[in-house]
Amino acid sequence: MKTYDFSQQYINKIEQEVALSTNNVQVHYGKSHAIFDASLSFPRFQITSLIGASGSGKSTYLRCLNRMNDKIAQVDGEIIYRNTDINSKKINVYEVRRHIGMVFQRPNPFAKSIKENIQFALKNNGINDKNELQKRLETSLKDAALWDEVKDDLDKSALALSGGQQQRLCIARSIAMHPDILLLDEPASALDPISTSKIEETLKLLSKNYTIIIVTHNMQQASRISDYTAFFHMGHVIEYNKTKNIFTAPEIKATEDYISGDFG
Amino acid sequence: MNAKKSDKIATGIIYGLVGIVVAILISLLGYILYNGVPDVNWHFLTSEAQSFSAGGGVRDQLFNSLYLLVLALIISLPIALGAGIYLSEYAKDNWVNDVIRTSIEVLSSLPSVVVGLFGYLLLVIQLNLGFSIMAGAIALTFFNLPLLTRNIEESLSSVPDLQREAGTSLGLSGWKTITKIILPMALPGILTGLILCSGRIFGEAAALIYTAGQSAPSVDYANWNPFTETSFLNPMRPAETLAVHIWKVNTESVTPDASVISSASSAVLIIVILIFNLGARYLGNKLFKKMTAAK
Amino acid sequence: MDDIQTRLQKSSRATRQDYFGKVICYSCIGLIILLVACILYFIASKGLATFTQNGVKFWNFLTQSDWKPGDVDKYGNPQVGALPMIVTSFSVTILAALLATPFAIGAAIFMTEIANKKGAKFLQPVIELLVGIPSVVYGFIGLSLIVPFIRGIFGGTGFGILSGTLVLFVMVLPTITSLSVDSLKSVPMHYRQASLALGATRWQTIYKVILKAAAPGLLTAVIFGMARAFGEALAVQMVIGNAVLMPKNLISPASTLTSKLTTEIGNTVMGTLPNNALWSLALVLLFMSLLFNLIVRFIGRRGNIKNER
Repeated sequence: MKTYDFSQQYINKIEQEVALSTNNVQVHYGKSHAIFDASLSFPRFQITSLIGASGSGKSTYLRCLNRMNDKIAQVDGEIIYRNTDINSKKINVYEVRRHIGMVFQRPNPFAKSIKENIQFALKNNGINDKNELQKRLETSLKDAALWDEVKDDLDKSALALSGGQQQRLCIARSIAMHPDILLLDEPASALDPISTSKIEETLKLLSKNYTIIIVTHNMQQASRISDYTAFFHMGHVIEYNKTKNIFTAPEIKATEDYISGDFG
Repeated sequence: MNAKKSDKIATGIIYGLVGIVVAILISLLGYILYNGVPDVNWHFLTSEAQSFSAGGGVRDQLFNSLYLLVLALIISLPIALGAGIYLSEYAKDNWVNDVIRTSIEVLSSLPSVVVGLFGYLLLVIQLNLGFSIMAGAIALTFFNLPLLTRNIEESLSSVPDLQREAGTSLGLSGWKTITKIILPMALPGILTGLILCSGRIFGEAAALIYTAGQSAPSVDYANWNPFTETSFLNPMRPAETLAVHIWKVNTESVTPDASVISSASSAVLIIVILIFNLGARYLGNKLFKKMTAAK
Repeated sequence: MDDIQTRLQKSSRATRQDYFGKVICYSCIGLIILLVACILYFIASKGLATFTQNGVKFWNFLTQSDWKPGDVDKYGNPQVGALPMIVTSFSVTILAALLATPFAIGAAIFMTEIANKKGAKFLQPVIELLVGIPSVVYGFIGLSLIVPFIRGIFGGTGFGILSGTLVLFVMVLPTITSLSVDSLKSVPMHYRQASLALGATRWQTIYKVILKAAAPGLLTAVIFGMARAFGEALAVQMVIGNAVLMPKNLISPASTLTSKLTTEIGNTVMGTLPNNALWSLALVLLFMSLLFNLIVRFIGRRGNIKNER
């Protein structure tokens, strides 16, 4: 692998309303430094892709955004959401995660019924109104394009669904909480092409109402669905721009090499 | 000697060893069941023990064993759950937890007679509980806690981290995630371990001789008030269990039919433990299937 | 500040739940640690009282063979010599382990390397069941089968170290076997495949590759068996004869630490020398149990280092 000059960086300013931004985020796993000075802003109601080779730190960075790294790593720097630094010790992390949801690489539905999967967290967050629960169940499954497939089997175990269905259920479970932002960590990497394209369609639709940040190792996917793209390499953000620009006219040599398949 | 020949000889020796082991195991089980089962009948299970004449039963001992088992589980399960959750979910890798794990190992490897003597010292003498079911149940808890804790820890740790992430990413507290998502998934393993621990408790005698005592005063099975002296539920009365009974009639008593009583009691013990063992397997499998069922 | 902003900075039900859960779990683990500390403290303080309060010399306790805690010898020293019990305890433990180990390891090899699935499937639950058989049942079998058998062959009473050894042998056999099976199973499959692919026979593979790789685990299994044998009370007490004499041979009545404890502790008065002396025996048991633990840890650590290389 070639070595690149990490001081070379191109980060485009976001002109729109910003939903979430980070300032100089650093991540350490024990003594190893995993993320260096990541400063990015994510535009509201847009899809942003984080791309890069495996080990580039894109997933680690994503997991910082709703404090999922709390127990595993040391995260420094600021993460600004609604004018508040949510990376501060004083912040209520459970509230953070209610507003910034996450979907993981491998589908992880609970070993409960489909209905319970959606409603369990809602009930625990104090939503007890039957009508409201039913409404959220229906809309979230519809939004995740799963309603038609499961509407007759809501009491069946979620584990009986196919991998692609399980992943859409996980998306539905997240959006049932009515978050502002949805983080997705390679949500389609364990799925077949048909399920993948369904998930992509779903995300496209969701971006009308949600700010979406997605980690992907699939560059076609990034170029198909996202409005903005950030390229990570060895823990550094190398380039961040409109997706169109990244894929057609990258500013940095490393990005160009990665896009053209020189490494990764 | 060439390699092929030594391979054959070694295999032969191993077969021989296994043959002997199997013979011992089978004759052991066979002896107990063959000698004991014919004497196990309704009369034996439901009549009082006799000290000086033949024909006594084990009604009280059997009840005491079960009652002690239930009490010991009621005391030990919540503590073991808390401790197991701590070890699998909260404990970080540092020297404090190293000490904690070592202490639990030490506790689990203590001879049961030492645990019993400690129970005698602390509960019977210092806390003045006397020889009583209470003292016995607490002593059994001491003896049972480390095993149950480790079993719960292992069952919890075997639940994939993905489930924990799913819970926390929805803004659930760690506690809710553990109790409502992780614990139900670990239940088959926990239950299997619990039943196996029950078998151990049921057959334990050394820890009970000086805590629950060696006498079974006659009690009134119609008196449901545990705070009265004669109630069968009274936790402050001494209680000889089935296992202690076997030991007692063989070492200290003058009962004429001691060997009949012991072989029948041994058969009852073995059968109960067999049921626990099979039950643990069956229930574990069934729950596991239910959790992962396609329906 | 909007609503969400305030909520981000305030504690919520979830925070309180977490706090609540932590308090519960930390108290439970604390309780267990307290219990262990209490056991160690109580038994140590009671057991040491013989030496600190009653003036028995520690060295005499370990090396003299007269156990009459109520009496004094002609120099006025209490006669608290635990050597016969210590010797008997070690004899039955070591003999039982020596006897059980080849059978246990043979059976474990059979179950993991030789038997087809059916054979292993049959043996596994039987062994597990036997691990769970209460010790009084083993004692009863010893009393009704082994003791008369020994009496018939060697004469005498039939009670003694030999009977104790045989009972313990049967008791620890399933323990050592099932732990050995675990350790043989943990040897990775590719070790076997690699060895067989090189043309080694099955026995060469077992002997030179598998047993070597599993050695620390097998040793641990044997130590666990010994710990169980050393601490076993009732089964041994029922067949050993319970005479505090220096064992002259394997078939004369003797007494182990545990058997002495079970028979005597109820017959002595708290706080007197005869009682304290018994607690000293318990302390020896406790110490040995800690020692077995230490050995297991040591083996575990050595094993880990070996595997990492």
